[in-house]
Amino acid sequence: MTNFLKSNGVVMLIFATVVLTAPIWLAPIGASYPDLLQKFAIFGIFAIGFNILFGLTGYLSFGHATFLGVGSYTAVWAFKLLSMNVIPAILLGTAMSGVFALAIGYLSLQRSGIYFSILTLAFAQMSYSLAYSVLTPITNGETGLQLSQQDPRIIDGLFGVPVEAGLPSTHLFNISMSGLSGFYFCAVILIIAFYVSLKIFRSPFGLKLRAIKSNQTRMKYTGFNTRPYLLSSFVISGMYAGLAGSLMAVTDPLAGAERMQWTASGEVVLMTILGGAGTLVGPLLGATLIKYFENIFSALNLSELHKIFDGLPDTLENIVVAIINPFVGEGWHLMLGALFMIIVIFLPGGIMEGVSRAFKWIKRILGFDKKQPVVTSNVTPKGEEK
Amino acid sequence: MKKNTPTLNRRGFLKVAGAAGIAATAPLFFIKGAYAEDQKFRNDPGKGKTVKLGFNVPQTGAYADEGADELRAFKLAVKHLNGEGDGGMMNTFKPSSLKGTGILGKKVEFVTGDTQTKSDAARGSAKRMIEKDGVLMVSGGSSSGVAIAVQGLCQEMGVMFMAGLTHSNDTTGKDKRRYGFRHFFNAKMSGAALGPVLEKEMGKERKAYHLTADYTWGWTQEESIKETTEGLGWKTTKTVKTPVGAGDFSQYITPILNSGADVLILNHYGKDMINSLTQAVQFGLRDKQVNGKTFEIIVPLYSRLMAQGAGKNMQGILGTTNWNWALKDEGSKAFVKSFGKEFGHPPSQAAHTCYVQTLLYANACEMAGSFYPPEVIKKMEGFKFDGMGNGATEYRAEDHQCFKDVLVVRGNDKPKSQFDLLEIVQEVPRSQVEYDAKIFGGDLGPYKV
Repeated sequence: MTNFLKSNGVVMLIFATVVLTAPIWLAPIGASYPDLLQKFAIFGIFAIGFNILFGLTGYLSFGHATFLGVGSYTAVWAFKLLSMNVIPAILLGTAMSGVFALAIGYLSLQRSGIYFSILTLAFAQMSYSLAYSVLTPITNGETGLQLSQQDPRIIDGLFGVPVEAGLPSTHLFNISMSGLSGFYFCAVILIIAFYVSLKIFRSPFGLKLRAIKSNQTRMKYTGFNTRPYLLSSFVISGMYAGLAGSLMAVTDPLAGAERMQWTASGEVVLMTILGGAGTLVGPLLGATLIKYFENIFSALNLSELHKIFDGLPDTLENIVVAIINPFVGEGWHLMLGALFMIIVIFLPGGIMEGVSRAFKWIKRILGFDKKQPVVTSNVTPKGEEK
Repeated sequence: MKKNTPTLNRRGFLKVAGAAGIAATAPLFFIKGAYAEDQKFRNDPGKGKTVKLGFNVPQTGAYADEGADELRAFKLAVKHLNGEGDGGMMNTFKPSSLKGTGILGKKVEFVTGDTQTKSDAARGSAKRMIEKDGVLMVSGGSSSGVAIAVQGLCQEMGVMFMAGLTHSNDTTGKDKRRYGFRHFFNAKMSGAALGPVLEKEMGKERKAYHLTADYTWGWTQEESIKETTEGLGWKTTKTVKTPVGAGDFSQYITPILNSGADVLILNHYGKDMINSLTQAVQFGLRDKQVNGKTFEIIVPLYSRLMAQGAGKNMQGILGTTNWNWALKDEGSKAFVKSFGKEFGHPPSQAAHTCYVQTLLYANACEMAGSFYPPEVIKKMEGFKFDGMGNGATEYRAEDHQCFKDVLVVRGNDKPKSQFDLLEIVQEVPRSQVEYDAKIFGGDLGPYKV
């Protein structure tokens, strides 16, 4: 089993199958509708990218939503100025957030540990305020940047794309980017993004990043200059965020400043830790779980709860509903908070630690245990901050 | 890595995955083409026994109070449409095609969502309603930024949007959409209604200082009020934009004290307005004498919920409102009675507009004899009705804006009950607040999407 999973091809095959069939296997839990599927894929990319920085080097950035926002704004501007085709938007969005990541990363990486986190948070708040009020002509402030009929769209104009009566919609060579086709597009990009991350994890570069996490001082003594490695991992993860941001604009051509708020930066940290920092698929799981909670649990109300527990006897049903009700609907944050606490306390390695523990347990029960040395998790529960 | 799996295989795999993605997409592409044909439309209830409506309101954030009241009104409207309860305004609404048997004989169900007063979140929850729950119409709001964002989405998706509380000129101005309708009044109408009253009470020589919520509603309200006051001969000392949900406004209020202005115009709403007004009063603005005149505060968009929050600070302050529960016409009385019986307190203007919008949508479907949006829209455009609490009202076809009388109100000095907070100064007739639909530009877009 373990050897089997060492092959990149096999991992990718399993991963791609799971992702591309998501509309089918997510249907029973009510999550199989295009918008949520798109969000799973997009935030999956965001979290996978964040994990390249946080999971590998242990540098906790509290400002990654900045790059998400930059990607979104750039993509919407590309739709406005160049073309409704998504290719230029995605390329420009990713590149632009790369530039921002280079600048912010260069300055923030002058420090490490908590000071690094605070610096990134400060930059994120600055960018948010800029987007929210100062740069209103570029970002349209609180209202958010939207398409309009009068936008120039130079490339579309060159190719003689007719101007329709309504607002134009985004497309990939005339394949619509809303609905399920939008999801498949995001899913293919997610698979590519995952593959790149897999390659990084299993490369000498990834090993060096991990070395930075385990003991940066020792690494420096052996003659490595760690700064370039850190900076490139910061830029890569920033570009992942930019890619996610531009995909958000692709599936829904609107960019608002709230995407850059510190809560959005915090969310990706939660996703990564919840799923398992430093593991390959953990962040993706975390992203899926949080988005599922946000979209499904937040919409449950009293009458729907009663419907779910219809099978129970009346008194029992009322008791169960009364207990669960504060945790759904407006209270979904409460549920998420409780879950987060439980996971951090009992499974510091996130959901992935739970999964691997479960596997070991099953093996032991079935007698497949070959007395392997116990593999400890990648993440140490305490003292990972340097 | 010792053993490198052949690269080609992986690439090949990716290609296959990509192709699979595109192949799976292709049928959808054809469906999209077919959709425009004939009378096919999104979420067609067909022969089903029920129809679903989506109510998307702020349940968290600065406008949460309004959102909660809107939701109550929606629930009441659904009840009345299904023939339960006392029928409320269904009994006074005319010309009405409503039968109290749901819409076109189908029972009305609803789903709810939280806009969080954020465009992203609002579009997310509207998409969930449209794609997952299959709603035929989305309603709600309580922030113009959100309303405009959701209205745009609904146009793209071909689902009707019946705006709730949104007061920006842009909603039915430069950002108007064929699938979006607004019953609530707007900043332009507030300005036109307030003008004569301000002139009478405060004279022609005033210096105004604006604090403005920094988004589409604040911007257009500032613009419209400025236009009105400058038309009276007032001067505008300064306009300052404040972020939505700021909480603490003291840093914006201190500079007013020495600005030489003698009127403060608060282009704020919801909890923001409660906070900024309370702080302005605490800073002693209303006790000041500037330029030989008493310093005045104006809140162009007023609501009873805000008056409740601001308490005594609200007394004597002028503003406008779309509707007030103290109105004495048959429609208002019926609605207040039925809402009060259900929830134990009178409805707010936000609740009123949402209730009316739901009934109007249902009525237009009945008139069209179908849920097919282009037909429903055509029935709604230019529809004239009465008995919904605002007197004779018309949905103007050119911009989907309702035209009706506007109320100028003042915070009540001696409230008789905890709800008796606004005193109606004047019912400004519709003719005084009407304007040309062309002045804001914008384009409604196509009937078929």
